[in-house]
Amino acid sequence: MSASNQSLPTHPAVSDERPTPEFCFSVWEQALRERSEPKWVYPLRKAGLARFAELGYPTLQHEDWRFTNVEGIASRPFRPALTPAGATLTPGELDQLVFARLGGDRLVFVDGHFSPALSHFGPKPGGVELTSLGAALKNGGATLQASLARQSRVATNAFTALNDAFFTDGACIVVPPDTVVPEPVRLVFVGSAGGGQGRSAHLRNLILVGAHAQVTVLETYVSFGGTAMLTNTVTELEAGEGAVVEHLRFQDESEDAFHLGALYATIGRLANVVTHSFALGSQLSRQSLHTVLDGEGLEATLNGLYLTTGNRLADHHMVVEHAKPHCASHEYFNGILAGKSRGVFHGRILVRPNAQKTDAKQTNKNILLSPTATVNTKPQLEIYADDVKCTHGATIGQLNPESVFYLRARGIPLETARRMLIHAFAGEIIDRVRCTPIRQELDQLVWDRLEADEHVHVGARK
Amino acid sequence: MQPILEIRNLQAGVEGRHILKGISLTIQPGEIHAVMGPNGSGKSTLAAVLAGREGYDIVSGEVRYLGQDLLELDPEERARAGLFLAFQYPVEIPGVNSTYFLKAALNEIRKHRGLSEMDAIEFLGFVKDKIKLLELNEDLLKRPVNVGFSGGEKKRNEIFQMAVLEPRLAVLDETDSGLDIDALRVVSNGVNKLRSPQNAALVITHYQRLLNYIVPDFVHVLMDGRIVRSGGKELALELEERGYDWIAREQRLAA
Repeated sequence: MSASNQSLPTHPAVSDERPTPEFCFSVWEQALRERSEPKWVYPLRKAGLARFAELGYPTLQHEDWRFTNVEGIASRPFRPALTPAGATLTPGELDQLVFARLGGDRLVFVDGHFSPALSHFGPKPGGVELTSLGAALKNGGATLQASLARQSRVATNAFTALNDAFFTDGACIVVPPDTVVPEPVRLVFVGSAGGGQGRSAHLRNLILVGAHAQVTVLETYVSFGGTAMLTNTVTELEAGEGAVVEHLRFQDESEDAFHLGALYATIGRLANVVTHSFALGSQLSRQSLHTVLDGEGLEATLNGLYLTTGNRLADHHMVVEHAKPHCASHEYFNGILAGKSRGVFHGRILVRPNAQKTDAKQTNKNILLSPTATVNTKPQLEIYADDVKCTHGATIGQLNPESVFYLRARGIPLETARRMLIHAFAGEIIDRVRCTPIRQELDQLVWDRLEADEHVHVGARK
Repeated sequence: MQPILEIRNLQAGVEGRHILKGISLTIQPGEIHAVMGPNGSGKSTLAAVLAGREGYDIVSGEVRYLGQDLLELDPEERARAGLFLAFQYPVEIPGVNSTYFLKAALNEIRKHRGLSEMDAIEFLGFVKDKIKLLELNEDLLKRPVNVGFSGGEKKRNEIFQMAVLEPRLAVLDETDSGLDIDALRVVSNGVNKLRSPQNAALVITHYQRLLNYIVPDFVHVLMDGRIVRSGGKELALELEERGYDWIAREQRLAA
């Protein structure tokens, strides 16, 4: 650099642009005074902040984050969206989004804040509580005290710690024992374009399902492009004895968004829980799923599909913890990757010493549609019981050329053949969605996405 | 009359190996030709080259199908033009529904023939008798293509597809392998029902057994990439009796 250059070095004003979590928390404390949270919440938040200070943003040296670089998040000024942005989203615009035509309750959150105007509540079986978490906390809620952050506060995920400190809102769903909620409950989380650069939404959902109760919950995450928003969402699920729960997370945020999702689930005896993750959007997404199989004879299914293009990265990180005997867990994750996109799958199965007769199965299959797409897949089995059945399998490859030839040899054009096979591969996952209207819409949506994307056409000869 | 298939001095290979060393064969409408030969003689390579499987190199020669250059065409174009390969090893395709697959195939071929496309109901009506002909359960239409089918069901499914797609030329690649006698009878019955003065078939097999049921007009013996002898159906019986060694010995003497 020339010595005659008199101008000051153009150093980015880091202190202004990148507020520390501690600074943000001091601002947050002021905002919290306006909210009538019960006294017991504040220590949880402080503890989350302290845990984050200890953990810091994960780096590639961290075993659980070896393939997912969050530098893009750590280096950006993500200010928690402490107050509603006053975003002007109309019900009409909302109806353009996916799953708008389903019946049942819909809770809408914009930039991390509940929007009563966009939400609607229908009739429900007696005793079912369905509110924003903020409203639930206002009402005191002794049930909440026992469950809120019960699972998250022992997690070693830095983003979950941040979420403990900063969560603004989310849904609170309480289903009493022996109660069936007939329609799926939809939670819609929208990142608005009006939020400004670098806002982050910290969402917390609590789903408490009583013994022999039944419910389907669909979380949808979408954002309008133009700003690099961060969504950091944590769902805590408790499924009681014999409960039947279907939980879906559909992530389709814009390609400049960052999405960090975590699900902590504790499942009781003889329950049947299936959780699905559909990751289609954002530039970087990570789903951390931690399920504790905490009663005998239960069945848990973790099912997921990621479709990535361009430079996107989709990461699924799982811990399936068999804590009791005679439980079955199944993990099925399929990825379809094009362009220079990347998929990461880490599936840890932990079988505690007394969890005899565990039946755990894990598969991760990937189709790479371009030579520059990559996948890192890692099974991790930790078994401390001696009478268990644990299997895992991972594949990474192209479409099976034998299948393509078979279809073509019957007159089907190459592109259609490829499309049929890719659709079938996605269909393996979609077919596991039990709620019919959701499954049908997902199927159509994924099909349209595959049609529109370069996915199908890459590698086609003509 | 225009021949359905004319193969002239075809030489072809795969992965640098020279397998077909000059094959010539003409098939007229209404004819059934059998190509027999020991393992490794090039039978399946011939089927693969005719259907347009990728990875095979044409060294020299020519194949004309209904007057056009077959080797120029993509596999799907060959199928639409009426060429059908019954696979030796039909592929299982999870997630692709049999009805959806076969209706798509049929409609591609119908479009090519200038016919209207069939909707799902027309299609189901159209295939009903053909399923019975192959003694298959209608349930198979609801299942993914070939998934969970027994070996015999897969082969019968191939001939069922052939019955639906109504090809001008069917190439049967060792359709008899792995079939018990009942399945062999059903498959052969299906093929015979589809015989017509307009159509033709090329039946590739190792054993004479199949030819008791599908009676060929011509039998060709393929050895080391060449047709070393051609004759009528009695040639197949002679081969059954005397084995392939007999011809191999004659070949060596002639050389």
